[in-house]
Amino acid sequence: MPQPRTTVNAPLLAVATPIALILLWGAVASLHLFPSSLFPNPMDVARGLAAEVQSGRLVNDIVASLFRVSTGFGLSVLLGIPCGLLLGHSDVARKALLPIVNFFRSLSPLAWIPFAILWLGIGDPPAIFLIFMAAFFPIVLATTAAVANIPSVYFRVARDLGITGSRLLGAVTLPAIAPQVITTLRVTAGLSWLVVVAAEMIAGRDGLGFAVWDARNGLRIDLLVAAMFVIGVIGASLDRLLVQLTKIPSVRWGYER
Amino acid sequence: MPVAAQLLRLDQVVVSYGEVGVLAGIDLEVRDGEFVAIVGPSGCGKTTLLNVCSGWLSPTSGRVDRPAALRMVFQQDGLFPWLTVEENVRLGLGQVADPLEQQRRASALLGLIGLTSFASSYPHQLSGGMRQRVELARALGGETPLLLMDEPFSSLDYLTRLKMRLELAWILRTQPRTVLLVTHDIEEAAQLADRVLVLSERPARIRDEVVLKVPRPRDPTDSEVVSAVRRILGVLGLKPQEGAKVGARQN
Repeated sequence: MPQPRTTVNAPLLAVATPIALILLWGAVASLHLFPSSLFPNPMDVARGLAAEVQSGRLVNDIVASLFRVSTGFGLSVLLGIPCGLLLGHSDVARKALLPIVNFFRSLSPLAWIPFAILWLGIGDPPAIFLIFMAAFFPIVLATTAAVANIPSVYFRVARDLGITGSRLLGAVTLPAIAPQVITTLRVTAGLSWLVVVAAEMIAGRDGLGFAVWDARNGLRIDLLVAAMFVIGVIGASLDRLLVQLTKIPSVRWGYER
Repeated sequence: MPVAAQLLRLDQVVVSYGEVGVLAGIDLEVRDGEFVAIVGPSGCGKTTLLNVCSGWLSPTSGRVDRPAALRMVFQQDGLFPWLTVEENVRLGLGQVADPLEQQRRASALLGLIGLTSFASSYPHQLSGGMRQRVELARALGGETPLLLMDEPFSSLDYLTRLKMRLELAWILRTQPRTVLLVTHDIEEAAQLADRVLVLSERPARIRDEVVLKVPRPRDPTDSEVVSAVRRILGVLGLKPQEGAKVGARQN
């Protein structure tokens, strides 16, 4: 006999699971199996986090990291989508440029760190450059593929309805590629957030990556974990923000078919 | 009785890709108000012929005279999935400048196809038959005299196809158009068309023309429809019994 399905309170579960993990962490830490310099307890981390907030350093680091990500990621979207549109529409451009795009896409953005420091010094510019290098090429490739995969029947219908020239871009091409591009933006935004932390650890004087590095240098494992916690929360929040784009009624078709 | 004006004319149209001939000298004339269907073996060049008629494809040789504006209903899903049903229909009313008038006509077309309550739905939320009705409404919105239909019901199940044939016949009574329909479904052609042109294997030629005079909507078991189906099957080299088996498998 089929059993009735158990109903699950999803929001409650989403809150209860992290709390349970923190309690488990606290329980393990209280056993003192490891020295506190290697395995801090959650209360020390919370106190460290509160002190960082009070001093204003944490807010400053968050703002610095978010500024770099929004600038680098924004630039890669602004330039990557038009480049993808060009490559998707033009066979000549695709043949000429796609191997180069694929080459650069295969390079880890971290491999650019030495050049970023040599060319741009430290601070915002190298981090923005590295984020751009991480996000730009995947966006170009995904947009190119999305344009090339638009069913030809849409263009025939558009021609039939008298939609031609620049109107075609806004009325057919962009809405037709929107779901695929949004998915890529989610992936590349996550990638940008990973890269900013790495860039700031090496070429920064502030930011959350720098906070991690600074805590490590000062042997403040509690602050290191506090910074990691903030990085994780902001990364997950950025994705939640971008998920909202998939809920726009005119792009739902791309996720529900 | 006056002869209706000629709307579409093909003279000795040839389409070939290198050595491969697709259409071998097609002569075709469609007059105002006619419903002409084209049937033939699978892959014989029916859709190529329709593409030539629509202007999407230029013939290798021959002459095509077509009206300046025409609308096409496609075999594949041609609705824009990012637009609602009403927005899709309104897109077909591009010639109407006044937004209020456009709205009124879109509502009338949705009423005609019985989908008023689905105006704000998106195509992926509709069944295949409903989507084809919306596509038909969008094509009718253009008020162009000629409609080209490329196997519009081929992706639908058999019962929905039967229903759609009747609906199309009724809609064309309210909104008369000249129609050129390409279909692999011989019964569909005989149930809807005034004339059925039977194409040969590639390179395609017109092998026969079957004229039907029964008014639409037609009963698929009407003796004239049945005898037209038998004749077409005969032209295609299929005995009626074999044809019935093929039909049963398809359906």
